[in-house]
Amino acid sequence: MPLTLDARDQALLDGTAGPAAALAMRVVVRTAESMEAEHLLDITGAHIDSCLYHGQAGLDFAQRLADDGAQVSVPTTLNVSSLDLLHPELYRGDDHTRDQARALMNAYEAMGCEPTWTCAPYQMDARPRIGEHVAWAESNAIVFANAVLGARTHRYGDFLDIAAAITGRAPAAGLHLDTARHATIVFDVSAVPANLLDLDVAYPVIGHHIGKLVGSAVPVIVGAPAGLSEDRLKAIGSAGASSGSLAMFHVVGSTPEAPDLETACGGRVPTDRHMITAADLRAARDRLTTSTNAKLGAISLGTPHYSVPEFARLIELLGDRRIHPDIHAYVNTGRSVAHELDLRGWSTRLADAGVQLVTDTCTYITPVMADIHGTAMTDSAKWAYYAPGNLGLDVAFGSVEDCVESAVRGEVVRDEGVWADA
Amino acid sequence: MLKATRTLIAGEANGEILELDEPLSFWGGFESETGTIIDQAHPQVGQSLVGKIVMMTVGRGSSSASSVLAEAIRDGTAPAALILQESDEIIVLGAIVADEIYQTVMPILLVDDVTYRDVASLTAAQITADGQIDPR
Repeated sequence: MPLTLDARDQALLDGTAGPAAALAMRVVVRTAESMEAEHLLDITGAHIDSCLYHGQAGLDFAQRLADDGAQVSVPTTLNVSSLDLLHPELYRGDDHTRDQARALMNAYEAMGCEPTWTCAPYQMDARPRIGEHVAWAESNAIVFANAVLGARTHRYGDFLDIAAAITGRAPAAGLHLDTARHATIVFDVSAVPANLLDLDVAYPVIGHHIGKLVGSAVPVIVGAPAGLSEDRLKAIGSAGASSGSLAMFHVVGSTPEAPDLETACGGRVPTDRHMITAADLRAARDRLTTSTNAKLGAISLGTPHYSVPEFARLIELLGDRRIHPDIHAYVNTGRSVAHELDLRGWSTRLADAGVQLVTDTCTYITPVMADIHGTAMTDSAKWAYYAPGNLGLDVAFGSVEDCVESAVRGEVVRDEGVWADA
Repeated sequence: MLKATRTLIAGEANGEILELDEPLSFWGGFESETGTIIDQAHPQVGQSLVGKIVMMTVGRGSSSASSVLAEAIRDGTAPAALILQESDEIIVLGAIVADEIYQTVMPILLVDDVTYRDVASLTAAQITADGQIDPR
């Protein structure tokens, strides 16, 4: 069945609401055709990734829309940009790129998007509920929306996000539909020792491992402790969306569409079943480290943006200790969480301990880190995956406990603990 | 005759065939200024994609890949065409916007498994607007 448009869609396409809405509708329609959608559906919100500067093309597109008077028709949040507007002194890039990046941010604000500048819009108060259709871009946000919130977005790229926000419409296809959300591959972690599954560090590693194996299929994880925290689910999703194309997953007993295995699979028999062993996870963990150089230069936490509970853990681990004077310590977070840190008095504590907050952006997408001499350590599988290519750094992946201990001591230290037997 | 099962972006192209051993994320894995693979973990890191008919089974990774691909198409550093086995909206969107804003078309074809292997064995090919892939 070819795509059928309703009268409102056709009117937008015909330009009755102006050239910007017509351009936006053409982008939605062409995307819908590529997805073999039969119609479009209403969305209740959007999250825009296109506000991160990658060159002239993205700016030309946004300015064309903004100059022609486009306005979003649904509540729309903005992803990280290339600039930290709250800490502009950190920026070490060239003036031209900074100006272009700022112009891009201005264009999206002019279209009525909220200047949230975070890759974790799900950490804000207003977030989509189960079953709501949204158009979210940014791979970690997409997978969180689908898996953890039970909201429905396809794995969208830049441009469709703003086009959907302007038109209020998205293709009725892909992960918007029940059938595409059911799991076809089972990952059983019941053979992994419980003391490893008790650690936060297990979850980005599980995500990294699964992402490599699933392609764009939907997996379900069984055998994990019930009621995994949102931060652990965030870690699985963001890691799997970097090593692979993970846009939806289930964890039986933790995610809203997986009360049990049968429901997660939509009553169908899974096509594939993998037992995950501790050795698999150890190998996946080791792949995230590119250097065994014990000389530490920096730590970077908060990819995706650190949540309030993650900051609580960081504060607890630091205690009254300070970061070693030779080490740069960065934590990326969103403005809304940074505001919460201010209210709790944690911003001052972190600053006094030598921790630099980075807001509105992230250390691996824009030049804000100082010259780093030595390995950069992180608790994020996503950061570990992209930083070597983006920043040319050697990376060591570890738990947040390892990162803090290393940053205080001034050298890479790792507690092999439960990994030693793996 | 080799033919796409679907044309996601219809257009003509001509170039050497380059089969990627692993899926590539255009953001973080590819540099639009030079048109080369920069993903240190990719087996073909350093390889140029400029003007080639690039084959990969599926897309991968970041939403920003749309922007990077659109920029490469604008800048003339993109592949001549892409051949995939599974549709990937993130990749398609980059090509849609480059077409809308600059009227520059980078064809994207979907092929089945058998056709994929047949095309991968070619040195160079010509792609027609109706999705035919002719050896060259």
